[in-house]
Amino acid sequence: MEMGFKWDFAYEILPQMLWATLNTIIAAGVGYAIALVVGLFFLLGQRTPSKIINGINREIVEFIRSTPLLIQLFFVYFVLPQFGIKLSAWVCGMITIGLHFGTYLSEVYRGALEGVSKAQWEACRALNFSTAYTYRRIVLPQAFPIAIPGMGNYLVGIFKDTPLLSTIGVAELFHAATAVGGYNYRYLEPYTMVGIIFLILSVPAAMWVRKLERKVNVAQGKIKQ
Amino acid sequence: MSYFSFLAEHGMTLILGTVTTIKVLICSMVLYVIISMIFGLMRLSKNLIIQGIATVYIEFFRGTSLLVQLFWVYYVLPFFGISLEAFVAGVVALGLNFGAYGAEIVRGGILAVPKGQWEAAHALNFSPAKRIKRIIIPQIFPIILPPAANLTVELLKATALVALVTVVDLTFEAKQINSITWLSAQCFGTALLIYYIMARLALVPFLRWLEVLAAKKVGRGSL
Repeated sequence: MEMGFKWDFAYEILPQMLWATLNTIIAAGVGYAIALVVGLFFLLGQRTPSKIINGINREIVEFIRSTPLLIQLFFVYFVLPQFGIKLSAWVCGMITIGLHFGTYLSEVYRGALEGVSKAQWEACRALNFSTAYTYRRIVLPQAFPIAIPGMGNYLVGIFKDTPLLSTIGVAELFHAATAVGGYNYRYLEPYTMVGIIFLILSVPAAMWVRKLERKVNVAQGKIKQ
Repeated sequence: MSYFSFLAEHGMTLILGTVTTIKVLICSMVLYVIISMIFGLMRLSKNLIIQGIATVYIEFFRGTSLLVQLFWVYYVLPFFGISLEAFVAGVVALGLNFGAYGAEIVRGGILAVPKGQWEAAHALNFSPAKRIKRIIIPQIFPIILPPAANLTVELLKATALVALVTVVDLTFEAKQINSITWLSAQCFGTALLIYYIMARLALVPFLRWLEVLAAKKVGRGSL
């Protein structure tokens, strides 16, 4: 077997890899969109006055957060059909990623809401604003900037976890690399290219998130410019 | 087949897999802690080359996916004449990946020690070694342990990935049992439960205990 990086082979498989990258980006985007909404539901569960719902919600969140995404994927993919629910690998993957990262996002939301000073609530009460109005006009506009860096971090996090989807047969970048590698008996180029594509996409994204984080901290007066 | 007869038949296999998972966890934990300290310190070095190496390392491992790194170590390194056993490859990839995240925590922890502490130690004529050992390090631990604890729980979850490079751990066994019996709910459900128990009843209390210990050491009392 030829040693070293074969550039012509890499060039040959590049179009295939780039198409698969598109799938990876779609998977990350859809998974993230679901996670954003799921996170809201977990947040609601956390903030309802009922202690029982709070407790159940917390246990579910803890359970999902402390078990591996990989087995959750297998669980959803293999167990649901036994109950007559037949979903494609894509749908299973999106549901699982949405649930898994939804729990993380609910923590981001919670942190952001708690980051709004209590005095704001008291002031709104004193001004006789309704709860809905307080949320809409006072609390959420202040909480949202606090949540942005955390939300950005998990977008990058989901993007980096999409290769796991290949284990249940979603045709994303890593899946394509494994297929190409298996077909040609050469894993060096495909896997290296996956690594490079991930670097190209996620390092700038992570830097952008860090910049946002700094901006938010400055705006919050936590650090000086 | 009832759940109990499932456990009677396959419980032992799952437990053996769990033992491997724990081994992977402990080895990669040791590796990642060492790497975090080295690269966390390098990141703060005044020497631009050392700092640059650390930055590239951290950005590289945080920027790519763990699964890609794992497969790269296991399937691609042999192209360069380095063949690692699956277990070693798994531990190395986990250690390198989490070391990059840990290095940032260590860096943040060192920066969070107030400057006055360094100056006071200097003013008291402590030697540089004593300054680090007696003044700075004891104050770093309470700062870095909470984020490090989160990272370690993430590490436990990430150990599941080594199953994909043929390490016979809990995930691997669960998958194996699934492909033989097709009792997916039982085997993956049990595996999820075991991971949950390991995280909530063993790892988290242990890390919490370390946190309290570190806080007491600098006189912050019981947290």
